[in-house]
Amino acid sequence: MAELLEQVRAAREAGDYQRLTELVPYARLIGMRLEPGGPQGGLAIRMPYREELIGRPGSGALHGGLLGAFLEHAAIMQILWRAESCCLPRIVNFHVDYLRRAGEAETHATVDIRRQGRRVANVHASAWQSDPDRPVAAARGHFLLTPPEGPPR
Amino acid sequence: MHTRAQDTAGPVGLERARRLFETSPHGRLIGLELVDRTASEIITRIPYRGELVGNPETGHLHGGVITTLIDQSCGAAVLMHTCAEEERVVTLDLRVDHLRPAEPGRDVYARCACYRLAGEVAFARAVAYEDDPEEPFATSMSAFMRLRGGGGGG
Repeated sequence: MAELLEQVRAAREAGDYQRLTELVPYARLIGMRLEPGGPQGGLAIRMPYREELIGRPGSGALHGGLLGAFLEHAAIMQILWRAESCCLPRIVNFHVDYLRRAGEAETHATVDIRRQGRRVANVHASAWQSDPDRPVAAARGHFLLTPPEGPPR
Repeated sequence: MHTRAQDTAGPVGLERARRLFETSPHGRLIGLELVDRTASEIITRIPYRGELVGNPETGHLHGGVITTLIDQSCGAAVLMHTCAEEERVVTLDLRVDHLRPAEPGRDVYARCACYRLAGEVAFARAVAYEDDPEEPFATSMSAFMRLRGGGGGG
């Protein structure tokens, strides 16, 4: 774990943000981009459109599971970026509401860390395309911040 | 007057569920496969591979991979019970509880059922596991909107 966190820290210090994207193989596969310049000093998180992100051929709509995955990874990286978390946040649960059709366009994530305690974080996140006030999906979830062999909750 | 979803799976729906796995662009990117289906349940799989890893230090799959597995598989479980070629189903909401991480290096399976098919909405549940559906690493509940007449959605 320490190595991953070290790389996040190094990316921040060096301004080498491409490294953040490269850290996690799955995030690279779906083409997520993590850059500075998000609200309140956070990361700006986006996922450029490509055809392999479509759920059903001919629908022109992004895969629902993918949108959930995008929001989950956005939440994890925003926690890591904002906090000196001791380890990679571990997902406990995640609940995604699908609000609008997500079309063939770049998708952005807005992440709100509602509460970050010592052991657990509560995070709300929303995905949007052209207008942050018209989200295509909204999610909330809990993440453990303790190492796997840590004290019982 | 309650329609149990199990009573209504038909050949059109079974064929549509099968086709979804063959043609979904994102399902194919992730490697999502249909393994088996009965009148009431569907079993699907994602073969383990390095590109799906969420924690490069432990090799654990990303939680989002599990969400994608469950979303498409539950959508297919609902599709199995549809009769009209033009009907679409789109996810309304989806919750996943991660009971533990999936074991690194192992293929992951989902067993999904549509347990209630109402006029506008369908409800599905799922477990995700490596070997034994009685020992899942994740459980899920979801709801889907039924769209007749070729509405969009993924």
